[in-house]
Formats: sequence, C-alpha cells, structure tokens
Amino acid sequence: MLNFFQLILIYAGIYAIMAIGQNCITGYTGMLSLCHAGFFCIGSYATAIICKVFGLSFWLSLPVAALAAGLVGLLIGIPTLRLKGDYLCIATLGLGEIIRNVATNLNPVGFSQIPRASLFGYEFASRYKVPFIILIWAFVLVFYILFQQLAHSRLGRAMVAVREDEVAAQSNGINVTKYKISSFVLGAAVGGIAGCLQTAYTLTVQPGSYTFMVSVMVLCTVVLGGMGNAKAVILGAFIIQFISYLPQLTGLTNVIPAQAKQIIYGLLLVVMMLCRPQGILGRDKYRYGDPRTRMEKLADFFHRSKKAKGGRA
Amino acid sequence: MRILETEHLTREFGGVIAVNDVDFHVEKGLVTGLIGPNGAGKTTLFNQITGVDKPTSGRIIFDGNDITGLPAWKISRMGIARTFQNIRLYKELTVVENVMMGLHFKVGSDPFHHRFAQAVKSYFFASRENREVYGRAMEWLRFFELEEHAQDFAGSLPYGKQRELEIARALAADPKLLFLDEPAAGMNPAETSHLMSVVGKIKGLGVTVVLIEHDMKLVMNICDNITVLNFGMKIAEGTPNEIKHDKGVIEAYLGKEEEE
Repeated sequence: MLNFFQLILIYAGIYAIMAIGQNCITGYTGMLSLCHAGFFCIGSYATAIICKVFGLSFWLSLPVAALAAGLVGLLIGIPTLRLKGDYLCIATLGLGEIIRNVATNLNPVGFSQIPRASLFGYEFASRYKVPFIILIWAFVLVFYILFQQLAHSRLGRAMVAVREDEVAAQSNGINVTKYKISSFVLGAAVGGIAGCLQTAYTLTVQPGSYTFMVSVMVLCTVVLGGMGNAKAVILGAFIIQFISYLPQLTGLTNVIPAQAKQIIYGLLLVVMMLCRPQGILGRDKYRYGDPRTRMEKLADFFHRSKKAKGGRA
Repeated sequence: MRILETEHLTREFGGVIAVNDVDFHVEKGLVTGLIGPNGAGKTTLFNQITGVDKPTSGRIIFDGNDITGLPAWKISRMGIARTFQNIRLYKELTVVENVMMGLHFKVGSDPFHHRFAQAVKSYFFASRENREVYGRAMEWLRFFELEEHAQDFAGSLPYGKQRELEIARALAADPKLLFLDEPAAGMNPAETSHLMSVVGKIKGLGVTVVLIEHDMKLVMNICDNITVLNFGMKIAEGTPNEIKHDKGVIEAYLGKEEEE
C-alpha cells in the first residue's frame, strides 16, 4: 500500500510538471493544444539516447531534452499557431501522433536498461522510491516558482491579454504571434523535462507509452485544477493520479477494469464543466495588481480564517 | 499640420468596395469627426489605419512615416491608439489590470525588441515593475474618475463606464493620435455629456482625436473638422458649420428631393 502511495507521488510529480507546461500554453495564453505527449516523448527519447547511446550523464540530458522539445515546439508552433480554438486542437493532436509514429518507426522496441542517474555518487535506483520523490518534487517546486514568477511578470500579463482578446492585445502594442510562440515553446520545453525525469525513473522508453491518452490526461489535469493557476494544476495532478490508481488502491483490481479510469475522467470533466467550469481552485485574483501590502494581506488572511471558524461554531 | 494622411486608400472585400479612393487627413491637436450613414466604410477606414486590416491599395502616412500594411502592434507602438465599436475589454480581468495592459510597451522591456538582459530583468524584478505599472494605471483611472472601480471585473461595469475604461486603456499608451469608434453608442444623455467633457480633457492633453459617431449633437459640438463618407467615398469635409449646410451630405442622410 505504501508502495502505491509512493508511486502516486512520483507520477503526480511528473504529471504536475507536464501540467505546468500545458498550463502555460492553455491556461495563460489560451491555446487549446493536445500534443503534450509528443513533447514528453521527445524528452524521454533525448534522455534515453544521451544516456544509453552516448553514455553521458543524466544531468546533461536535462537541458538537451528541454531544448529538443522546445525546438520541435518552435518548428511546429510557427505554422500551426495561426489556427484558433478547435482547429489548433486538431492540428496539435495530429502532431502529437506524428511524433509518436516517428519514434515507433525509428525504433519499435524503444530503449531499455538505460544507465541510472546519479547525484554526488548516489545512484537513483527504481526500487528506492523516496529519493525519486524528492528529486521529482524538487523539480515541481522549481517550475512552480519559475512559472508563478512568469505569470506575475510583464510576459505573463501579455500572454493573458492574448488569451482574453487578440485584437485588443494587438492594439495595446502586444506582438500576439511572438507571445503565442514563446508560450508554446516554454510549455513544450517543460514537457520535455517531465519526459526526462520519467525516463530516469523507469529506465526504459517505449513508443507505446506516449499515446493520445497522455495528452488528454495532462489537459484534464489543467482543466480540473483550474486554468491559469499553477497551484491548482498541481492539485489536479494528484487527483488524476489517484483516479488512475484507484483499482489498486482499493484492492479491487479484479472487479474494476483498468479502463474504468477513462470513464471516470470523462465523468469528472462533465461534472466539473456543469458545476465549476473554472476548475477546483479557479484563477488567481489580484494577479497583477494587488493594492494591498504584505501586512494587509496577512491581516486579511487572519480575518478570513477567524470568520470561517466563527461560522463553524 | 497634418499628423495623418491617407492617399487613394482603397479596401475591397470581393466585389464590394468598402473604402474607395479616400484621401482622409487629420490636423494635429484637433478633434476630427468621421460621419456617414451605416455601411459608409467608417470603421473599415479605421481598421486600415490602425492595422487591424490591410488596405487593397493606397498609402497611409502617419507623422511623416509610411505605415501602410504594418502589423497592428507596431502601429500602436508608433503612437496610434484606438477603441472598438463593440467594446473589446479584457472582461475577466479587473479594471486596473485592463489599464495595465494598455501600458504594456510603456513600462519594462520586451524580449523581442530590446536587449535580452532587460527582458531577464523584467522577469526577475517583476514585482517592482508591477508596482510602477499599477501606479501609473491608477493615475489614469483617477483621470477618468474610475478609481473606485479599480478592483472590479471589467465585465461587471455599467456600459458607459466600460466605454470610458476602453478609452482609458487606449490613452495609457500615451498615443499621439486616438481613434474612438462610436464612443457614445448606447449611452444615455447624461453619459454622453460626460463623454463630451472627457473628449475635451483628452484634447487638453495634446492628443489628436478622431471619432466616428452617429450622435450629431455630440459631433457638431466637439469636432473641429468633419469628414463625411458615403458608400466608401469621401463626399465632404470641413468645419461643422460647412457640413451642416452641405447639399451632398444632406442628400446622403435624407435622400434627394424629387424635382418636378
């Protein structure tokens, strides 16, 4: 049982990183993209090739994975980001499948027995999960901070303007195309890093594990938690992983088929759209213009928690 | 002195010629009105000048530079701001955030137009930059007497205030030339008279204003020059008094008297 919880923590972390990337694309800039599995795949393969074929360090493969995924994001972003809404969604869906098919045709069995990652002489072995949990959640923390800063900066503000109204954004002097592409490339690069970490954990790479379902799961994570809110996206990753390990957790693997999770995702999304379309946590308020000082915020927080307690009593 | 000039500007949509060989010009520091019956091509002309749409032929000269066919974001950086006929606010953002968007290229630097180091600074010192942008946005809200709504969502404002907020957002970019597309549409008389005083204040700031408007009382009161379009062609230009007595304009609006 403990083993499962640890596994969920690892996969929730990997999906949280992917979802932070997807959130940059869909949550901030408002582009409906469905090819995060493709970027995930590129990251995984980059690590596999660098560690196994070239015999280089895992740490070196991290920037390479991010660059490779970002570069592919740039190349496919330039022609496709002219499309909007559903059309962009279909185009990116196709691109995700193309990446997977290219991987399958290059090497149908993928790579296995990839050398382990090591840090200061410590080797990360898949049997010991706690070091992996620490490693992956350290990355989640780093990306959370980086993207939170992005959201609060001028760049993030321009991305939100593009999401809200492209024509108005242009007349405010915002170069819509470039912000769309840079948001797409950033999201893709983060997806690549998630793939890199996944390879470090499983030590095998198979083209079969980067299906369309992965992209859907990542998008679900973002929509479920709350678009444009990095905290909410991490919460969403936990929920999605709990659902996908539900049969094992409840010990009902014989009763509940593995495919049941897809039904639950679908059901969850429908219920969310009906009851709370903004996601569990919704968007951050006061994102760019909080007039309150830090002390006022603190006072406000205590005031609210007092009120909540009073309400219960 | 002319701040804006169009030469033989034409825009065709398939077989329809929405703007036909128009020579439109705007004098610096004055309020110019653009009037005409529905479908005369007023908004299309605005869209050509502000880069939202590209002209089929002709030239647009702004402040001595040829801006024909430039993308909208470049034109707005050169100093042309605008509002839209169907209000285009960022409805899910707060009022002050909307004005902050208007300041986008005034404060901080872009990774694409300035040195990379400045963009990095813009990222890491975001809160300092945000405070500056926030402060300047609040100044504009005070100018428009909207400061008590600063933290409300833009979509929740009453209609007249939304129009004013859009003007505030456009002005925040410190433009030389401001285009207002039917600013008084859907306003009640009290709001319209407030708008008139706002346009007066904007003129006082030294900003040249061009406005499309159907409310003739407003146009005749605040415009220094008026250009009249009909079926995509310029049929008259002059002071409000000249326009009032122009035969062609009266015909365009009321129809020709039948001769017996």
